[in-house]
Amino acid sequence: MAFDLGFTADQTTIADLFNGFFTNESPAEVARAAEPLGFNANLWQKALGLGVAGMAVPEQHGGGGASLSDAVIVAEAVGASIAPIPVVEHIVAARAHPITDLVEGNVIGTVALTPAVDGTWSYVPAGAIADIVIGVDGNEVVAVRSSAPGVAPRNHACQPLAHRSSRHGDRTVLGNVSSFERIVAEWNTLTAAALVGIAQRSLDIVVQYVKERHQFGVPVGSFQAVQHGLADLPGLIDGSRILTHKAAWASQPEVAQVVEPEFNEYTDFKVVSSMAFLFAGETAVHATDRSLHFHGGYGFSEEYDIQMYYRRARGWRLIAGDPRNEYVALADKMFGDN
Amino acid sequence: MDFALSPDAVAYRNLVRTIIADTVTNEAIDEIHRTGTFDLPALNFALAKHGLLERAVPGMGKGDPIELWILFNELEKAGAPYDGIAVSLMIAGVVNAVGTEEQKQRIIPSIVTGEAGVCMGYSEPDYGSDVASIVTRAVRDGDSWIINGAKMWTTMAHVAKWLILLTRTDPDLPKHRGLTMFILPMDTPGITVKPVHTMASEHTNATWYDDVTVGDEAVLGEVNGGWRTMTVALAFERGVMGGTNQGVPLLTHFTKWAQHVGLAQDPAVKVEMAKAAIDMHVSTLLTQRAAWIAASGGLPGLEGSMAKLFATEAYQREARALQHVAAQPGLLGFHEDGAAAEGFIDYDARHSPVTTIYGGTSEIQRNNIAERHLGLPRNR
Ligand SMILES: Cc1cc2nc3c(=O)[nH]c(=O)nc-3n(C[C@H](O)[C@H](O)[C@H](O)COP(=O)(O)OP(=O)(O)OC[C@H]3O[C@@H](n4cnc5c(N)ncnc54)[C@H](O)[C@@H]3O)c2cc1C
Repeated sequence: MAFDLGFTADQTTIADLFNGFFTNESPAEVARAAEPLGFNANLWQKALGLGVAGMAVPEQHGGGGASLSDAVIVAEAVGASIAPIPVVEHIVAARAHPITDLVEGNVIGTVALTPAVDGTWSYVPAGAIADIVIGVDGNEVVAVRSSAPGVAPRNHACQPLAHRSSRHGDRTVLGNVSSFERIVAEWNTLTAAALVGIAQRSLDIVVQYVKERHQFGVPVGSFQAVQHGLADLPGLIDGSRILTHKAAWASQPEVAQVVEPEFNEYTDFKVVSSMAFLFAGETAVHATDRSLHFHGGYGFSEEYDIQMYYRRARGWRLIAGDPRNEYVALADKMFGDN
Repeated sequence: MDFALSPDAVAYRNLVRTIIADTVTNEAIDEIHRTGTFDLPALNFALAKHGLLERAVPGMGKGDPIELWILFNELEKAGAPYDGIAVSLMIAGVVNAVGTEEQKQRIIPSIVTGEAGVCMGYSEPDYGSDVASIVTRAVRDGDSWIINGAKMWTTMAHVAKWLILLTRTDPDLPKHRGLTMFILPMDTPGITVKPVHTMASEHTNATWYDDVTVGDEAVLGEVNGGWRTMTVALAFERGVMGGTNQGVPLLTHFTKWAQHVGLAQDPAVKVEMAKAAIDMHVSTLLTQRAAWIAASGGLPGLEGSMAKLFATEAYQREARALQHVAAQPGLLGFHEDGAAAEGFIDYDARHSPVTTIYGGTSEIQRNNIAERHLGLPRNR
């Protein structure tokens, strides 16, 4: 191993393949048409054709054997196009529970991010459309197969979320509650990647817009107030992306899990994935806020795409709950609870 | 992406840590804050003795940019004084890149042995961000150059052996084209140095040049090519040579204190600690990226701007947030009873404002990024 912030040749191929796929198959109109539920079954079938369901499942379970780093690249492409399909949730579920139906994508899987209370998982991402939900119930991690409601409450980001039962349905115990930490760390990592995609694309959209929109006889992008409102974003976005890739790198068994705040050294998967999720979340919220604002009134209109990015930046992040709790949990992992 | 340092880099880092542990004592740090001179000869000599200064000169082929990053990152995380060596090594790199053979032999050894420091005379009383407009004049007189003018913020001028001086040699040419860089000994007759005290501990200087006379041996780079020499210097510096992880020692001091007094139990305080740690880690990753690009043969000008901009703004946020939660004890200075984090909360809240000013203000970095990275139309 040696320090290298570039992609491997395989990863460049993956990036080209998925960026091309989402550009062609999932332009913003697709996300708009899928509102309010936030799911397009046809697009999901096409994505399954690319092997997305089991791509990051080890080969011995019939998967494609791709790494979490590879999946990060795919998740960023999903975020960039705000594609209305549960790629992140399904990849995490299939890795946690690599049964044939999930690996091949015959059914949709997802994860419930907070433990069940009285047999109910609340606010399950992709809960409205998933056949299998994996989550914590009591001291166990269980996978429950039951029929998807197919409807979601109207919500900010038009996410197919739903409350789901952890008791009713075909129930399989996957392990002890402690095994869920890794599942959450993987979801954090891939969601961070999707948020990076949202932030990057919203910056690209607004940069194009401010070059074309003229006021006072000049492009609005020539005003320093506008330039400076955008110039902080590339560093935030690139920082989020590198941090997210670091989380994926840290998930490998051969990486020593280090937490040394006084040396600013962190290679612990749970710590780095939590950092990535929090930082990419702040970045996506800030980037979409700036990007919407510099569209002026048009940014606020449904007809423009930027408002869809704005809402998803918030929704995809807050589905995991109040970020302050995540910051506190992270602080405890880094500094100890004292 | 692969974030593992090579075994050689790890060994190098461990050596740097050992040298820091041996030389950067609490007494030494105390002394630096008392005098305001952020330079520690014992540290410089120890680094030189192990060949680390020579190895770190940018572009000299012995060290690589990843090592350079490691060196300065370790120094700043330890709260060690590195301002002096950072400038000196950078200028050694500039001499190596654009200097004559004679200059290389005369100047570089004195720097890499830790004996001689360098100070930079770019900024003037009337020209800071617009440094290409400076008016200090150098005029040809036979075989000599006669220099007259004034510089502001000539940090380390009171201890440095060498001065790198930006002058105007042709006022009739467009502003970037009539500049010439000189490198001369600080004891050349005609130079006056007066201290400028700042609100943090740092001591800097105002300097004056009255008929300072030097020969061609003092011209660094081409006559009227001073801007190119500046560009080389800036490219070495940006993002890689310290200044992007100053919030790390602050967080360490704060954590120790907050755990001791029980403040670290407060969830609101934990949120700030976690945010500070994330920001500092992102700062380090952006800096590593700049180093990695340099190591791969690129010029990380824009990436360095992004790292500097993010890291210094983040450090200010952290200093402000931690001072707020530290409350009254966060107002107390070094050696005062009950001072939060041994006085570092107060210190970093005083020091952090300068980091978004020197080395190119945040606005200048944003102009750079907006125009050259985002491709937005020039507004000046
Ligand atoms: C402690 C300290 C040490 C220093 N050490 C050195 C040293 O060793 N050698 C040396 O040569 N210099 C040194 N400097 C000088 C430093 O590089 C300058 O302070 C810096 O470049 C800013 O210039 P200025 O102070 O003249 O501010 P100005 O350029 O006057 O700027 C004032 C304000 O206007 C803003 N501004 C200026 N231009 C623009 C623009 N185009 N767009 C938007 N906003 C703009 C700035 O961002 C700033 O907020 C030091 C400064 C300090 C404070």
